[in-house]
Amino acid sequence: MSTDLISGRVWKYGDDINTDVIFPGKYTYTVSDPRLMPQHALEDLDPSFASQVEPGDVIVAGRNFGCGSSREQAVTCLKESGVGAILAVSFARIYYRNCLNAALPALISSEAYAVLDKGDRVSIDLESGSLQYEDGQISFKPIPASVRMIFDAGGLIEYTRSRLSAEGA
Amino acid sequence: MGMTFAEKALARSAGMKEANSGEIVIARPDITLSHDNSAAIIGLFHKMGGESLFDSQRTVIVLDHASPAPTTQHAENHRQIREFVHEHEIEHFYDVGRGICHQVLVEEGLALPGELVLGADSHTLHAGVMGAFGTGIGRSEMASVWALGELWLRVPESIKIELYGHLRPGVTTKDLALHVIGQLGADGALYQSVEWHGEALHSISIDQRSTLPNMMAEAGAKNSIVIPDEVTLQYLKNRAKRSFEPLLPDPDCGYAQVLRIETDRVEPMLACPHTVDNVKPLSAVRGTQIQQAFLGTCTNGRLEDLAAAAAVLDGRKLAPGVRMIVIPASSTVYLQALQAGILETFVTAGALIQSPGCGPCMGNHLGIPAVGEITISTANRNFRGRMGTKESEIYLASPQVVAASALAGEICDPAEFLS
Repeated sequence: MSTDLISGRVWKYGDDINTDVIFPGKYTYTVSDPRLMPQHALEDLDPSFASQVEPGDVIVAGRNFGCGSSREQAVTCLKESGVGAILAVSFARIYYRNCLNAALPALISSEAYAVLDKGDRVSIDLESGSLQYEDGQISFKPIPASVRMIFDAGGLIEYTRSRLSAEGA
Repeated sequence: MGMTFAEKALARSAGMKEANSGEIVIARPDITLSHDNSAAIIGLFHKMGGESLFDSQRTVIVLDHASPAPTTQHAENHRQIREFVHEHEIEHFYDVGRGICHQVLVEEGLALPGELVLGADSHTLHAGVMGAFGTGIGRSEMASVWALGELWLRVPESIKIELYGHLRPGVTTKDLALHVIGQLGADGALYQSVEWHGEALHSISIDQRSTLPNMMAEAGAKNSIVIPDEVTLQYLKNRAKRSFEPLLPDPDCGYAQVLRIETDRVEPMLACPHTVDNVKPLSAVRGTQIQQAFLGTCTNGRLEDLAAAAAVLDGRKLAPGVRMIVIPASSTVYLQALQAGILETFVTAGALIQSPGCGPCMGNHLGIPAVGEITISTANRNFRGRMGTKESEIYLASPQVVAASALAGEICDPAEFLS
């Protein structure tokens, strides 16, 4: 599975976007099928997102993206929406882990937040750690090699399963 | 340049000589900790194809979040966990009533200096009171750790908190923790390791110290440690389940930030609705009406906390219309409080005592507020809706202030009852 090249439009949000507005708490025990999660993605932040997001689109945000609850659905709903990557000035710690463990690129970049606007078309090369946009290029730190293995397996569940079956073989 | 505690602890856990902040290591935990959420973790473990645990001796499970089970659903979770524990011969399993996982881990001598504790709970930082590197991880991650015995961790930068002088009488480590969170803000220690240093710590008991690393989760920290000293070693004597080697930060290590606290100038503090960093001095919120007082949790449910509250309540009655719920953090605390006559003081004052566990802290049971009610609590979180309904407010404070407020029916200075 190659997730190295990502291209789409920018959805831009601010600082401290918490997991309650990414995936409201009231659905955490009522919506358990990942395929149904995208219809509630960012529901309390941007009602237009769920109906207009397209595969490959990226989210660009400010500081502390994903703060609050550790609920993994706040990552799943974006992943299932087709979001290709999230670029933020910083991420809440557990949200960052949940993203990488779900094979959704979480990329740290202050520059992206400074130069990109809603609707900009971008293309991202994860391997080289670069992002192209209409007016230029910015670079970000690539995902560390040790975490890439989880990423390339398609996420932590798949990674663990393949490790276990390799050990059993 | 020397190494910080976090660099040393994560290098050790990864079998490396040294590690630098920012680096990612593959760490092997000494202990994994999970609670009622073990039922969900078991499901993920099986989904991953997990058959045996990496080390059943290092797997700790404590039932505390809804304990004893308030609903059939919770009871089914507990049953599933007990079956798993039996099947995998997990020795360190603590059933309902033993206490809150973080407190039990310390009491049982399972959180040890220099070791790595991974917990499927955001307050796993608590283990830092023993000089361990404790950090919270997700449920999927815990399932993977159970199977593989390893997890990637980024080595955090470190913040040094230096305490100068001693806490004034009536001012507690809860006030100190809230004071620091007020200074740092909710993301002020994001991804970072918070080290507590200073002479003042040597005269602060384990009961009191525990509040410090516990609450650093509310500033976004990855882990937090009280530098181990004689008090730590004394506590672990005849208690530690394994031999251990404390890790101390090198004197010349690099810190991202150093926070100097004039400890003797810290006042009684409260976290006001609806965030923990919305911190105000007691003098600014005195007189706010309350309907419920909650004394307990991993933050402030230990013997000294109960004793401090009982000293305020002694011989007095709760204000009319106020409920006070007391939940010892563990069965050990419960028994000690019983033997010391502290529980009698609570019952005589009109408070009610519940079995050890998390209680209403995250809105599961045993004291959910009604719409429009205000609770004053010794817990560590006051987010909107935390205790069950969005239409209620939570103030966080020390045991003394919670007890005084229960007597007055409004947020109150305990000095009024201690003269």
